[in-house]
Amino acid sequence: MVEKGTFRVKSGLAEMLKGGVIMDVTTAEQARIAEEAGAVAVMALERVPADIRAAGGVARMADPTRVREILDAVSIPVMAKARIGHFVEAQILEALEVDYVDESEVLTPADPQFHIDKWAFTVPFVCGARDLGEACRRIAEGAAMIRTKGEPGTGNVIEAVKHMRRMNEQLRTTLAAPAAELMTLAKTWGAPIQVLHAIREGGRLPVVNFAAGGIATPADAALMMQLGCDGIFVGSGIFKSADPAKRARAIVEATTAFDDPKRLAEVSADLGEPMSGIAIEEIPPHEMMQTR
Amino acid sequence: MVIGVLGLQGDVREHLASLRCAGMEGRVVRTPADLAELSGLILPGGESTAISLLGEGGIFAALRGCVRDGFPLFGTCAGMVLLAAEVEGRDEPHLGAIDITVARNASGRQVDSFETELDVDGVGKKLCAVFIRAPFITRVGPGVRVLAEHEGVPVMAEQGNVLVASFHPELTEDPRIHRYFGAIAERHEQEVRRS
Repeated sequence: MVEKGTFRVKSGLAEMLKGGVIMDVTTAEQARIAEEAGAVAVMALERVPADIRAAGGVARMADPTRVREILDAVSIPVMAKARIGHFVEAQILEALEVDYVDESEVLTPADPQFHIDKWAFTVPFVCGARDLGEACRRIAEGAAMIRTKGEPGTGNVIEAVKHMRRMNEQLRTTLAAPAAELMTLAKTWGAPIQVLHAIREGGRLPVVNFAAGGIATPADAALMMQLGCDGIFVGSGIFKSADPAKRARAIVEATTAFDDPKRLAEVSADLGEPMSGIAIEEIPPHEMMQTR
Repeated sequence: MVIGVLGLQGDVREHLASLRCAGMEGRVVRTPADLAELSGLILPGGESTAISLLGEGGIFAALRGCVRDGFPLFGTCAGMVLLAAEVEGRDEPHLGAIDITVARNASGRQVDSFETELDVDGVGKKLCAVFIRAPFITRVGPGVRVLAEHEGVPVMAEQGNVLVASFHPELTEDPRIHRYFGAIAERHEQEVRRS
């Protein structure tokens, strides 16, 4: 008997990506540059988050032709973004046979109330989270991988740090709490209690947790790894920088050698200009992506 | 007995847990110095392109020495691609430790990834096997023993002290395959002691 789309198969692919870097790409050529630099997967999208932020308007799933070109260009897994709650975009991406769907706050949400029922799909999903409650809700909906939201397209790592620290603190609380306090934690955080039980059984989040949203330098990547994430998403940080191939390679090296400052000093040198960043307080509240 | 797990990228944590479950100690290996006093080395699942980029210019030179010396090596999925003598679509193999040809991602894209049960020669029956964008073995050299097949395709093999699998025993709670590799490592250690 052969079973496809089991949770073990879905979360298993994310386990294989651990310690690696997933890069946003908008063309087949960028996808090849990412693969040659050592990316473990690419995220196919129409525009990188910094350009989405600059362009305004409604951001949607990428054109299927664009996604196909990227699928054909590389041998590593290809992910693609669907709007929050837009289960038909997700159905289309599954039909295109992408390897992972990112139900992403970077695109304009399609449903103000509900996320996609991810159990209904064979393709696995990754979702963003700012705290443990949000991560647990997405896992209970069927997400097989979590990433911090950070604040996409800013080149500013502060929000990703904030989200990772908050999740770590809540994980510690979950693991240390007496059983009698668990339901109240679930209620306070909006976290489904069965996921909190799974965390206590396994001693950690039941799926892989990557860092995303504002990572622009090798040092940013190593910072997130030292804070305990399993791997790195880089969105605008690579192809909005002066020398994408070199920076991509440096971020890959830094993600592996995250606890070796001498190696980090070597790979951080002479990378050219990073993407120009945005201070979070300069972003008007209605333009924040993480609150979606 | 301590078994190393190559820790450049991939599901290192799962292999360490499987080794614990099989009653062995595991240790993460990133540099040639980390190879000291190990009885064997596991090359985990991950992305073979990324692992080889990180390894070339680093630990791969030392690993080629391990291959020459007949050191016990076990590769799962990407690890099998790294150990194969031939990889379809590539001019050069990565480490060339076992005389097989492999095709990467031969089981298809992620929507075709699957789990099933396999009988493995010398290990046991009905082992849960998880295949994720798995490579398949498309040619088996004369000195290679096939240990398991899925729908007629070889998915696990050994030659000397080198063991490879298309699937991920480390994603299950069944320690039998890790124990089997432990026995290879132990046998090698006794041979070294005798000589």
